[in-house]
Amino acid sequence: MSIMQYNGSAIVAMAGKDCVAIAADKRLGQRALTVDTDFQKVFPITDRTYVGLPGLATDVKTLYDRFRMRVNLYKHREERTIEPKTFSHLVSHMLYERRFGPYFVEPIIAGLDKNDKPYICGMDLIGCLDFAKDFIVGGTASDNLYGMCESLWEPDLGPNDLFETISQALLAAVDRDALSGWGAVVHIITPEGVITRDIKGRMD
Amino acid sequence: MDAQFAISGRDFVISVTDKGLRNSILKMKMDQDKTCQLSSHTFMSVSGEPGDTSNFSEYIQGNVKLYSVRNAQDLSPSETANFIRGELADALRSRSPSQVNLLVAGYDKGTNEAALYWIDYLSAMAKVPFAAHGYCGYFLYAVMDREYTADITLDGAKALIKKCFEVLKTRFIIDYSDYTIKVVDKSGTRVLSQDEL
Repeated sequence: MSIMQYNGSAIVAMAGKDCVAIAADKRLGQRALTVDTDFQKVFPITDRTYVGLPGLATDVKTLYDRFRMRVNLYKHREERTIEPKTFSHLVSHMLYERRFGPYFVEPIIAGLDKNDKPYICGMDLIGCLDFAKDFIVGGTASDNLYGMCESLWEPDLGPNDLFETISQALLAAVDRDALSGWGAVVHIITPEGVITRDIKGRMD
Repeated sequence: MDAQFAISGRDFVISVTDKGLRNSILKMKMDQDKTCQLSSHTFMSVSGEPGDTSNFSEYIQGNVKLYSVRNAQDLSPSETANFIRGELADALRSRSPSQVNLLVAGYDKGTNEAALYWIDYLSAMAKVPFAAHGYCGYFLYAVMDREYTADITLDGAKALIKKCFEVLKTRFIIDYSDYTIKVVDKSGTRVLSQDEL
């Protein structure tokens, strides 16, 4: 089993009409053993940008602390909040700095830029940016998520429809993956604010 | 091969570790204390690579005590656990990583809540109601999942721990004779003997 599959995770981000959604499971495991069923993998970077970190749990926390520091410094120096596109390039740079001893996470970024335009992107563990218009998936259930998203996603979904779509995609995908699941958190980012919902799926 | 587990209620945490120090086929010591007192209301149990365990726990113990001396105030359990995780994470990709598994237990005098943090050797951390490290987890998570409730009392936790001992005695290959049982609550940390359960 590779190090990326040691703790288990499933994260997906989708773009809708003037909104984005990012969702993650809540399982923390040690190979087959489940240790925590409330582990946070999606973190707010600004009011309108969230980052999801699938992969090794220790690097999830370490990287989130590093991002928090860099974004706070950015805010102090630039006297404005960081845009999602800028943040994703910052993350890419931070990951490539560790090219030959990488962090074992493959971040997914979802946010609204200053013109309320949706932005989502993902990257691999050494920072190769994957800028998509529809959805980004990551974690041990990524293959399952690709299938679910490809069939369920359609363009210009409103916040409520986007919530339904992303929830169904995530729930169905993690049910076929032993290493992810045990509940899910969904964040819908709209120009008015962020709606966070906790959804209960199969607890196994 | 160490038994290390803990259960937290709303206002107490009870932690159990076995007392054996084994090396291959040899029982070197059977009265080893695998816990490390960090402050009056926070302690951690440590297992893992021999040497790393004492080295890391002494380092953490010293630094936590230094904070208390400098600031005339103890670190809260969450602050302590986050500090420990940070130190372990820094060591992970350095010249000298520490292979230690920890359970940090404490009572927060500010919020009047107990807290238990599971930290593994890769410094992944989770705040949990109950936890175990090592092989005993494969046996004990089942028992704890079944019996635990969020408003468990200290007596309820003691009964749960007795059930845990039963499972280990019946089904685990290693015969643990004696355990270090520690409770932390509003009045501080105290040691219980197996008869007091």
